[in-house]
Amino acid sequence: MATAMTTTESTPGAGDKPKAIEKVSIVISKGSLEEIYPGLIMANGARAEGIEANLFFTFFGLDAIHKKRIDHIKVATVGNPGLHIPTWAGGLPGVSALMTKYMEHQIEELDIPGIAEFVEMISDTGAGLYGCLASVDLFGITRDELIDQVDDIITVGEFYDMAAGGQIIFT
Amino acid sequence: MPTKEIAGTTVELNDEGFFVDPEQWTEEMATPLAEQWGVPVPLTDKHWQVLHFMRSEYFEKGTGPTVRKLGKTSGVTVKELYQLFPKGPAKLAAGCAGIPKPRGCV
Repeated sequence: MATAMTTTESTPGAGDKPKAIEKVSIVISKGSLEEIYPGLIMANGARAEGIEANLFFTFFGLDAIHKKRIDHIKVATVGNPGLHIPTWAGGLPGVSALMTKYMEHQIEELDIPGIAEFVEMISDTGAGLYGCLASVDLFGITRDELIDQVDDIITVGEFYDMAAGGQIIFT
Repeated sequence: MPTKEIAGTTVELNDEGFFVDPEQWTEEMATPLAEQWGVPVPLTDKHWQVLHFMRSEYFEKGTGPTVRKLGKTSGVTVKELYQLFPKGPAKLAAGCAGIPKPRGCV
């Protein structure tokens, strides 16, 4: 409607600077190395910019806060065209371990921390770490199987409450 | 290029408010800069430890350290860094220390 388009004093003009992001809620839903790092980097980067950040780990993403699994996160070598190796080769024994070792080495060269150290650092930046209740129940995981830095295990509704007024990033 | 008077001296800043020429910075500017960047004042010894570290890294390497680097090498932990500079330690410390904003994803 024409009236709705009319610029009034309360409507931001075209020349206004976009409003800065003040809060992000990042969902990590997968458990491979290449699916966990991006969410961690985005959360850490948000905190570095003074943006409030919360991380929500769901489904296989829970491995990133699971005491026994956090140090054994692997690169997915099957069904991962980005690796540019034939799918059949990705499934051979040891290929995932080898590729993981290679990527971990590259990551270390860049002075990016390993996943366990990174998650701990992100907690130190003041970001919240949360496990998904449905996934914890699904996998039969208990609170003490998760790393100490986890703030709470929450429902999806509680996640939305926490995310209110900010941006949600799903990875 | 915007200029601004800080502690009685006119300095050149970029559009984000960071120093263009770190040589223009003096220690007297740190507190007024901290107030502008929203860093809690008065500045403590720990703040100064970070500011001096930022500058020495900048002059040695040509770029300021990221939070991860600060936490690893400045002698101040990541947790403390966020208490000292709540709205982003590397960014705010660079602003107060008169060096360009550090670039780096981690």
